[in-house]
Amino acid sequence: MKAKTKYVPVPSKAILPDRDAARDPVLECVNLGITLGGIKAVDNFNLTIGRTEIAGLIGPNGAGKTTVFNLLTKVYQPTTGTILLNGRDTHGMNTMQVNRAGIARTFQNIRLFRNLSVVDNVKAAMNNEMHYNMFSAILRLPNYRREEVAAHRRALKLLSIFDMQNMADVPAGSLPYGAQRRLEIVRALATNPSLLLLDEPAAGMNPSETADLMDNIRKVHEMFQIAIILIEHDMSLVMNICEGICVLNFGQIIAKGTPDEIQNNPAVIEAYLGRRKEV
Amino acid sequence: MTMRRLINLKRVEARRIYLTYAVVIAAYVICQVMSSTKFLSSSMRGMLVPICAYMVMSVSLNLVVGISGELSLGHAGFMSVGAFSGVASAILMQGVITNAPVRLALAMIVAAVFAAFAGFVIGIPVLRLKGDYLAIVTLAFGEIIKSLLNNFYFGMDSQGLHFSMLTDTTRLLKGGRLIIRGPMGISGIQKIATFPAGFILLMIALMVVFNLVNSRSGRAFMAIRDDRIAAESIGLDITKYKMMAFVTSAALAGAAGALFAMNYSTIVANKFDFNTSILILVFVVLGGQGNMLGGIIAAAVLTILPEKLRQFSDYRMLLYAIILIVMMLATNNDEIKNFLNRINPFRRKEAE
Amino acid sequence: MIFLNYFISGISLGSIYAIIALGYTMVYGIAKMLNFAHGDVIMVGAYVCFYAVSRYEFPPFVGVILAMFVCTVLGMLVERLAYKPLRQAPSLAVLITAIGMSYFLQNTALLLWSSNPKVFPSIVGRGAFKLFEGKLSVSHITALTISACVVIMIVLSLFISKTRLGKAMRACSEDKGAAQLMGINVNATISLTFAIGSGLAAVAGALLCSAYPTLMPTTGALPGIKAFTAAVFGGIGSIPGAFLGGLMLGVIEIFAKAYISSQLSDAVVFAVLIIVLLVKPAGLLGKQAQEKV
Repeated sequence: MKAKTKYVPVPSKAILPDRDAARDPVLECVNLGITLGGIKAVDNFNLTIGRTEIAGLIGPNGAGKTTVFNLLTKVYQPTTGTILLNGRDTHGMNTMQVNRAGIARTFQNIRLFRNLSVVDNVKAAMNNEMHYNMFSAILRLPNYRREEVAAHRRALKLLSIFDMQNMADVPAGSLPYGAQRRLEIVRALATNPSLLLLDEPAAGMNPSETADLMDNIRKVHEMFQIAIILIEHDMSLVMNICEGICVLNFGQIIAKGTPDEIQNNPAVIEAYLGRRKEV
Repeated sequence: MTMRRLINLKRVEARRIYLTYAVVIAAYVICQVMSSTKFLSSSMRGMLVPICAYMVMSVSLNLVVGISGELSLGHAGFMSVGAFSGVASAILMQGVITNAPVRLALAMIVAAVFAAFAGFVIGIPVLRLKGDYLAIVTLAFGEIIKSLLNNFYFGMDSQGLHFSMLTDTTRLLKGGRLIIRGPMGISGIQKIATFPAGFILLMIALMVVFNLVNSRSGRAFMAIRDDRIAAESIGLDITKYKMMAFVTSAALAGAAGALFAMNYSTIVANKFDFNTSILILVFVVLGGQGNMLGGIIAAAVLTILPEKLRQFSDYRMLLYAIILIVMMLATNNDEIKNFLNRINPFRRKEAE
Repeated sequence: MIFLNYFISGISLGSIYAIIALGYTMVYGIAKMLNFAHGDVIMVGAYVCFYAVSRYEFPPFVGVILAMFVCTVLGMLVERLAYKPLRQAPSLAVLITAIGMSYFLQNTALLLWSSNPKVFPSIVGRGAFKLFEGKLSVSHITALTISACVVIMIVLSLFISKTRLGKAMRACSEDKGAAQLMGINVNATISLTFAIGSGLAAVAGALLCSAYPTLMPTTGALPGIKAFTAAVFGGIGSIPGAFLGGLMLGVIEIFAKAYISSQLSDAVVFAVLIIVLLVKPAGLLGKQAQEKV
């Protein structure tokens, strides 16, 4: 593993909650940027996320929010900048390695394994904590049974957080929409991440479903004590749940701060509502 | 859609697996009884081993096409690697191991190893590609294997093993035997392949594929098939699992090739051409991708069908082509499917 | 000089591949299917031309026109009967149907015209142009093949880029749903694509059998696969790609035959294809589609 770190301390206003003040941050982005088709889709992106922080990433459509997630998970390789995950430079890693290093994510357009059952979707994500090889599987050796049973139990337990244990054997593709979104979160959690990225988890949900989701995210956060970044357009969700918020517009961070600070920030209001015309 | 109507996937899957084993065993018993009571014509008896070999090919290709979701158009290439390495090793072992079933088993293992190695070498470039490009490269490899085997000479004498390409320059000593003779292939093969051996190989192939599919590896294959990007995002090693499926499939195809070859006295590389690859693919598609039992039945029907159509002599292959097209249309076109459902009283329930 | 001779025969063979590959690539571009029956349309074209010229003694030119007409109708018929009902079906089902169609055409030809090889009369005679005091000889059929390929390429490019129908074809290949919303008749456009591809296949059939004069029901199969390889080589879906891929494949094949081994020439051709795809996974001129996340 290359230990080459291009990290230069840059004054970036961290929005860590108090309880994380003395601990190492889980994620540090320094001067992160990418050029897609000649356009700087994300530029000069600096962000620090604490061990147990819930942060929101908001901004108008096309601001580059999902691109940030794609950079963090190495779906795109950044053109500039550094990502430190648990103090480790992720330079040169691919999506799989980043996941093994501790980032799990959900997708804006649901990407489940549609033909696998719900529980198998979760167990697929637990692949890296199982160790039996293909010969144990073919010959059904004891370690196959032991690990499969343990994995199945844990998968059901994870599903029960979202009250989905009774749908375990249903094909994922035939779940109702809201359940599919929840399953994506469970699947991401199954990889034991230290940082969870949620891309519009409440998209397409009605207010009561959104309220349930909010409770679930809080529950996950308390149970696993992990950091969460969420992209969301539902402001009530973001303002209620997030400890820190980062606002993106045209690929640049225009504001960072607590929900209260963001709500009263003139630059944010302008980005969302436009400038008032001078009469 | 209510939750109650959603099928219980696990139970259905388990039932399907047991059904597959049961059907195969029952079919084997019936064929054995029929062939001992002379119910089976001799031409049918002669087809039992090739049918088993094709069934194994169908199961093996299903692992790649149905489970891993990659289109392979060169599967006959692995069959041919297995056929040649298996038969050659059987001939080399002739003096040492006199028990025919043991020799057959060892030859099939050698064949599986060689084919798996070929699968690994081919997999390195192939699995970096996607979709139709992957398909065309497997086609290309099938053709390359055929060309190479057509120009390969291999013999043995008291000095050891000799081989050469393009022309026979092995210069065997007196008493040596040229085993593989380029485009002439291998002749003088002892026909040691038997129907029980074919049955056992098929059962092993089914066990390998079913048990693999219901393990962490199988979940990974199917996860990658359903959504590659999501599979990467949960830390699955795409290359490793694709390779695993490909190599396993190649090994099974190699064993099937050895079984197939040792049912004939002569075998040539041109037997395992593009058309054979396509034939195997047709088994898989007609049987339903990922459906092992369907693929096995399709293999049996499509191997027997051309024989049964012999009475139509000249029209035989034409009929075969028409049946193929009509079956594809009937199983894939919604209007025709609905029409069939309407006229078929047994299907009505399912369609609603 | 020998090198140049090989090169010219390579270009000539490559021109035939290019004309066939155009059919593959256009159909792939618009219907996203590998039309395996395309190779057999070549064979039908060659037979029609053969019978028109040698039995009914039409002039070769009329024979080719007749073959183009028959193949155009055949191509559209095949599309209407076998492929159109499967427009929504999984691509593998369509592939198998296309293969079934290929068997069907081959076996129909077998019944109609028997498996005895026919000696195809060259459509322009067996003469040759002598250049450089006879050191370099270019047969008439070679010259005709290369010029036909160039003319087809130019006309087709103009058609695709300038005419209304050509634009409709490009629109359909980009996004069928959107094209339909813009008032383009998608079914008619696909039909037209098959018609053009099959008409070109007839020309390729006549040229192929003039250069290599043995005609059998399986004549089209191998050139079909090679041309398909050429289309992938150049980037399937791309018309200049098919042209480039065809020419390169022809040259590589002839050189491999001349300098490496005639038995292994196919292996060399396919090996080059694999290497090209490893370096450029979407072919020489193909576009790699990036999946949106």
